[in-house]
Amino acid sequence: MMSSQLSFQRGVRDGLPIGLGYLSVSIALGITAASKGMPLWGAALFSMISMTGTGSLVGINLLAIGGGLIEMILAVAVINARYMLMSLSLTQKLPEDMPMWKRLLIAFGNTDEVFAVASTQTRPLSFPYMMGLILLPVIGWTGGTIIGEAAGNFFTGSLIAAMNIAIYAMYIAIIVPGARKSAAILLVVLLAAGLSCLLTFLPMVHLGSGWIIIIAGVAASAVGALLFPRKEDA
Amino acid sequence: MDTGYMLVGILVMSAVTYLIRALPIALVRRRLQSRFLLSLLYYLPYGVLSAMIFPAVFTCTGNVLAAAIGTGTAILLSFFFPNLLLVAIVAVLAVLVAM
Repeated sequence: MMSSQLSFQRGVRDGLPIGLGYLSVSIALGITAASKGMPLWGAALFSMISMTGTGSLVGINLLAIGGGLIEMILAVAVINARYMLMSLSLTQKLPEDMPMWKRLLIAFGNTDEVFAVASTQTRPLSFPYMMGLILLPVIGWTGGTIIGEAAGNFFTGSLIAAMNIAIYAMYIAIIVPGARKSAAILLVVLLAAGLSCLLTFLPMVHLGSGWIIIIAGVAASAVGALLFPRKEDA
Repeated sequence: MDTGYMLVGILVMSAVTYLIRALPIALVRRRLQSRFLLSLLYYLPYGVLSAMIFPAVFTCTGNVLAAAIGTGTAILLSFFFPNLLLVAIVAVLAVLVAM
């Protein structure tokens, strides 16, 4: 049975593209932090202890305008509420007898991309694999923030703007293979995209993007689950 | 930016993010039995990622046309070479060229 377990090395290999993708996104984050007057150590600390792209960006903006603590808590909670669903999903793939400290470490690195890569594995998830998977994303996210803060002047405006698409391109690379092999996944993807656009552009809807992502994502997945329930063993 | 204020803000926001991620993993050990819920959780990454991409991707570079070209490039490339890093780099280059 040991040979069928996902190894630490395999995790590092799967985490490499995520880490490099994060590097480009967090360089942009570091540049923003510097422009808002946040010291390098502050931005680096923030990135090191919380890997959340949109959450960090909003957090830095709130700090820059002197926002209140309640405002910060609510904003981050709404933007990151989706992680609660992702963690609930991920815990289904972890061994039931995994000790608490290992669970608490895994939870730290459960970002959108880590979750997407982990949850599309066909073999059971192991603690070493999850640590390997999380390692390079943490280094990339923190390192990129530091690079952006320290060397932001070396990046031209159009390169910074273009790098913003890197994270979305990674999301696309995660969902396209699934949508290609399963009509049910394709339906969920199209529904979620449509709903998200609708909720964003309808003039009578006034929802933050955090809420829109949750509502569109959950509603589309629920339709998928109703129309195409998975087999018991899958 | 006041150092004490910044430090408290960073710690509080990071704690909120961590608690959101940790609570389900720490507290839910039992396997869900509901076929509907299991199916929903299976589809969830695809639904949430798709909702995060659209429509935000079109406005992320400040140039809607360039972003659309980058998005199309990423989708097409993922169809044949679904490698996260490759797709990310080529999409960035496509946007740069299109701008």
